Amino acid sequence: MDDFFAARSQMALSLGFHIIYACIGMVMPFFMAVSHFRWLRTHDVVYQNLTKAWSKGVAIFFATGAVSGTMLSFELGLLWPQFMEHAGPIFGMPFSLEGTAFFIEAIALGFFLYGWNRFNPWFHWFTGVVVGISGLASGILVVAANSWMNSPAGFDYVNGQYLNIDPMAAMFNRAWLSQSIHMTIAAFAATGFAVAGVHALMLLRGKNVVFHQRAFAIAAAFGAVAAILQPLSGDFSAKDVAKRQPAKLAAMEALFQTEKPAALVLGGVPDEKNQRVDYAIKVPGMLSFLAHGNFQQEVQGLDRIPRADRPPVLVPHFAFQIMVGLGTFLMAVSALYFFALWRKKAWLRSKWLLRLFVAAIPLGFIAVEAGWTVTEVGRQPWIIYGVMRTRDAVTPMPGIQYSFYVFTAVYLVLSFLVIFLLSRQIQMVPKLYDRPDRPLQPVLA
Amino acid sequence: MHYVVVAYLCLALLLYLVLGGADFGAGIIELFTPHRHRRVARQTMYQAIGPIWEANHMWLIIAVVILFVAFPRIYSVMSVSLHIPLVIMLLGIIARGTAFVFRSYDAVKDNMQGVYSRIFTYSSFVTPLFLGIIAASVLSGTINLQATTFLDAYVFSWLHWFSVAVGFFTVALCGYLASVYLIGEATDEINRQRYIAKTMRLNIIAVACGALVFAAAHFQGVPLLNWIFGNAVGVTAVVLATLSLGLQWYLLLHGHDIIPRLLAGFQATMILLAIGYKHFPDFIILRGGGTLSLFTQNAPKSTMHALGLALLLGSVLILPALGYLYYSFQKKEEFAEH
Repeated sequence: MDDFFAARSQMALSLGFHIIYACIGMVMPFFMAVSHFRWLRTHDVVYQNLTKAWSKGVAIFFATGAVSGTMLSFELGLLWPQFMEHAGPIFGMPFSLEGTAFFIEAIALGFFLYGWNRFNPWFHWFTGVVVGISGLASGILVVAANSWMNSPAGFDYVNGQYLNIDPMAAMFNRAWLSQSIHMTIAAFAATGFAVAGVHALMLLRGKNVVFHQRAFAIAAAFGAVAAILQPLSGDFSAKDVAKRQPAKLAAMEALFQTEKPAALVLGGVPDEKNQRVDYAIKVPGMLSFLAHGNFQQEVQGLDRIPRADRPPVLVPHFAFQIMVGLGTFLMAVSALYFFALWRKKAWLRSKWLLRLFVAAIPLGFIAVEAGWTVTEVGRQPWIIYGVMRTRDAVTPMPGIQYSFYVFTAVYLVLSFLVIFLLSRQIQMVPKLYDRPDRPLQPVLA
Repeated sequence: MHYVVVAYLCLALLLYLVLGGADFGAGIIELFTPHRHRRVARQTMYQAIGPIWEANHMWLIIAVVILFVAFPRIYSVMSVSLHIPLVIMLLGIIARGTAFVFRSYDAVKDNMQGVYSRIFTYSSFVTPLFLGIIAASVLSGTINLQATTFLDAYVFSWLHWFSVAVGFFTVALCGYLASVYLIGEATDEINRQRYIAKTMRLNIIAVACGALVFAAAHFQGVPLLNWIFGNAVGVTAVVLATLSLGLQWYLLLHGHDIIPRLLAGFQATMILLAIGYKHFPDFIILRGGGTLSLFTQNAPKSTMHALGLALLLGSVLILPALGYLYYSFQKKEEFAEH
């Protein structure tokens, strides 16, 4: 493993894990706040128990999200010092605001977790809401920083010098909005389905039915709304990428030759050597429409990109297909769920619907990872699109593969422990959270 | 705005040492507490630092962000030359941050608690050790940008007697800070007396480690004496720290809780001031005498301006909330729920 590849792998690994922890840590506080709100309004003790149970999850994910995020703030320098030396002052604005948001989140979390029976109940609830809002803000800000790498703005690049820096223009670069919306909705969809799925699993086992039903209803509502909104933001993102990063779009779609009109390629195996896609289904004119809103328009292929500036095709293409496929599946499940809520209440207690949710537990996160793969691999060979190559940014220190091995082990252990802890939380629901000796109110369908 | 950014960097580093340091210290104390007292020690510590735990670590993030936004060259030189100790420190931060939370929130209390505790206590020792090593390496003139061998560039930049001595001094200082803090958090008199005794012991160890730092500096050729005693501010800081140390012992023996806490923080501040004043605004001293200064290696004006505004805005939001957090949880009541 050469150092450059090791550095890229380590970064990918760190981001890959951090994204999962961060998404859950960012979204779960909202579930918790809804349940908390219901407890305060209805005094139904199940909601109080649920809020407490979820808050443990939030604490665990906040901690792992925080340390893996700290890691990343160092890794940017440890692995890509050349990049940070030039990019830091330009794209640092969202990071400095994110520091504030993250700090507020940590403070609010301290209030929330340790504040039961200490503060006015509504103030206590409010601190939980602040955890959610500040978490969301930091997520959006970090994505804004990443979007700058895809759409550099706020400086002039003259003879290798980065001049006329404007941090605000850098933050509000052309990609920030589409990327942030897409990522935020993805976080809600993935977390909503994962949490709902876990509770669906417990419902299938017939344990603590009321507790898990209420949990399921809240998480599923968030997940389903997000999954239905996501294609809209996906369309917005696709049009944006088509304009800003035609090479990335071409890689995603395995569009080796410029086409007019361009067909949408579904599935298929890109053959980079012979510049063609085998076994694909092609929908004529569809790519032109998705990219430019017009069935006739030309879509730029990789042939228009200098060979040295072309991203790899295989990985972004497969990742994109996976993301879209899974997103479509989640959207379909969501539609079924809403139909059940609206017309077929009996479905809500049926095994098949719960099983669909169980199956969906990992899918949202696989889609999130696939989406990031598209964004990051599709940007290659650039670390700052069109300005600095990833290869030129890597640390001069040799032996990065050992660092990669160590951090791989750390992340695997961490993930194993988080899953272990969560399974123990769920196991303990009957003893700690959903106590039969506490009064329950009548079950609502 | 330049001064605002520099002031916040210094403040973040100082607060990380004092508040984060007390956190590290809690783990260090647990490591050296005999088995039979550990449960109580853990309980006291958990109640004292649980609510403020996550917030204390934000100071490090703030410092790192300020470094890479405003002083990118300094950040990148540290990232390259001090790669190895930074990675070890990071592993320590990951291990402690997660082990502490896992220990608190694991729904089942069984043998795993011992595993979390071991990870937490060992990493509480390793993290400040390497934090001290990194801080010492930055100033000791061992970072070599012209190095041609791996050892010279990536190992001897940080591994030497002076940095190791500073590392151990940092560990002792963190233990001392935590111990002073916990006196006021102890729930009963026996426990309180135990922390007072511990504070005194750790104070002696910290002073002894301080002496080791001077010895190592002499051995290594680091002009530490000159740094501290070569200017009026350094001398004053040392005199004030020494006086406050005397007052500290007096107050501890006479049963005060809160003032010793402030005095310990004051001592840590004076130590940083004594070292920092001489070098300010130099942040990294390179082998061969070059320096990377906070006033020459900074980002362009527009960036400094934006960052300064962001920091000011952030502190308007953060400081009152943080103050209220510390205030709300400083009382020694039993916690209703964790």
